[in-house]
Amino acid sequence: MAVYEHTYKQYAGPLTPEWSRFLIIPRHAFRDVFKSKLFTAFFVLCFTPVLAEAIFIYLHHNTQALGILQVRINNLIPIDASFFEFWTHFQAAFAGLVTVLVGPPLVARDLTNNGLPLYLCRPFSRAEYVFGKMCVVLILLSAITWVPGLLMFFFQAYLEGFNWLGSNIWIASAIFLSSLLWILTLALLSQTVSAWVKWRLAASAALIGLYFIPAAFAEIVNAMFLTRWGHILSIGGVRYNLTQGLFGTFVRDAGRVTWEDSSEIILREPALWCSWLALFLLCAICLALLSRKVKAYEIVR
Amino acid sequence: MAAELKDDQDLAPQVVTEAPVIELDGLSVKFGGRPILQSLRGQLRGRSIGLLGPNGAGKTTLIHTLLGFHAPSAGTARIFGQDITADTKEIRSIIGYMPERDAFIGKMSCVHFVRLMAELSGLPTDAALERAHEALFYVGLGEARYRKVDTYSLGMKQLAKLAQALVHGPKLIFLDEPTNGLDPPARARMIRLIREIRDSGQARILISSHLLRDVEECCEEILILKDGRIATYCNLEEERRLNRKFLMLETRGDQAAFTKAIGELGCEYAVTGDSRVKLVLHEGIEVRDLYRVAAEQKLQIRRLNFKRDSLEDIFLKAMENGHGGL
Repeated sequence: MAVYEHTYKQYAGPLTPEWSRFLIIPRHAFRDVFKSKLFTAFFVLCFTPVLAEAIFIYLHHNTQALGILQVRINNLIPIDASFFEFWTHFQAAFAGLVTVLVGPPLVARDLTNNGLPLYLCRPFSRAEYVFGKMCVVLILLSAITWVPGLLMFFFQAYLEGFNWLGSNIWIASAIFLSSLLWILTLALLSQTVSAWVKWRLAASAALIGLYFIPAAFAEIVNAMFLTRWGHILSIGGVRYNLTQGLFGTFVRDAGRVTWEDSSEIILREPALWCSWLALFLLCAICLALLSRKVKAYEIVR
Repeated sequence: MAAELKDDQDLAPQVVTEAPVIELDGLSVKFGGRPILQSLRGQLRGRSIGLLGPNGAGKTTLIHTLLGFHAPSAGTARIFGQDITADTKEIRSIIGYMPERDAFIGKMSCVHFVRLMAELSGLPTDAALERAHEALFYVGLGEARYRKVDTYSLGMKQLAKLAQALVHGPKLIFLDEPTNGLDPPARARMIRLIREIRDSGQARILISSHLLRDVEECCEEILILKDGRIATYCNLEEERRLNRKFLMLETRGDQAAFTKAIGELGCEYAVTGDSRVKLVLHEGIEVRDLYRVAAEQKLQIRRLNFKRDSLEDIFLKAMENGHGGL
């Protein structure tokens, strides 16, 4: 089918491996995502906490710099699991914002323009399509969550020494797993919303609403029933508890309420397995909703 | 009808010897318990096959089922010998599909869109880009290839859809209503492209269309569906050749004596007017025999026409006959 020949010819060249084809979607999507200068600027901004973290770790190991700044090392917070957990929470918030900006149009655009049959009439399955779309979010969020998190961990290990690395290697897995859980949830949630809400602004609002409305409802439940079990209804609450669990800082006793007659009620967070179950249910619902929408054609019965 | 014809009669050797493109093996599809396709059986072999039928006959469902979008409720089908349920990916890699409705990826230039489609079909990045340019030049969108598809006219969108269906060089191309919404020059261009692809011998084509003229111009074979069943499957040229035995005569003179004489000769006939006779020539009877009988009866044959069935005749006959089956 050469341009100058103007004839139809079959393609007889090599083909790419089938397993790698889902990556075509993020590669093409990134062109569109980074066309927006505003988004690019915001994405760069997402790395500033990492920079601050790196400076903090560096200062911890540079007495000369501390001397210049007239800060005593004992006044600095220690670099331990809680320190990395704090930054993980911080980056998780940025990850949420990036998802709100990037996620909504991904599937919606294809559904609006009837693009799905074009993907699915090729040797490309629905699962590959969904995973490819999720990868757009996953790759971007990885770049601002667990990748810099692990880099900072190894930076600290490099400055602290091999013994520290040996005794704290579990923190690396906590950074990776907690970030991965969160970004997988965000990717799945954003694709589901994108598949069901085709208008971009409405989809972004729905994503924000899905985070804050259950969180507000959870707090109402907690306040009304003097409990902490409401957190199981909130995506943020579930994430927080699971992250704490992975970093080993989770405690079920979250506080006490003392009545006038001196009786006490202990406010207990839901057990970790409940949070795992809630997350699993959320993901299952998302997958079920996605499988209903991501089809070449909808059958009108 | 055609399957029997293929076995028994004198079809072009290419048609008889080539392996079937699509084999329908009792293919049935139901949506919510409602039968859409019912026990379709047959072998489609032509270079270009027209898929015809009234609205709701199941044309698009058949294409979608062959693409693996719908699971058969019974039976199966094979494309180039590969089962549509077991070898879906292999089949999709050799098929190009141009959907009926507008279909594209938003906010992309056409060349980017076609390149993405090529890459999804397995072409490496460089080859995909090269073939995207080639495909767009081939369909006539070369000059407009950097424009966003959203901004295209309906005709241009049809061509873009055709380009994405061709870009990976498929062996079989499904075109669902390819001339929908096209103005006459654009339609002519689309028909020319389809015929070129057909004549190149590089790809087989299955065209679903409501427009009989389009199918007549592009297709060698037609499959007519009615109520989810095969009403007719035939080779157009063969069907026309068979119809060369039908004659329409315009006469002057004693028609009664003439018709009696040709009836004794063994012809089936029908008098359709004062001076018109429609007849079927049987084996061993030639046109010159008619002239001989006419001379004997002192009758003038003023006009003699071979009646050729148009596709419309074949279609209407299929609709009247109901479920012909293969």
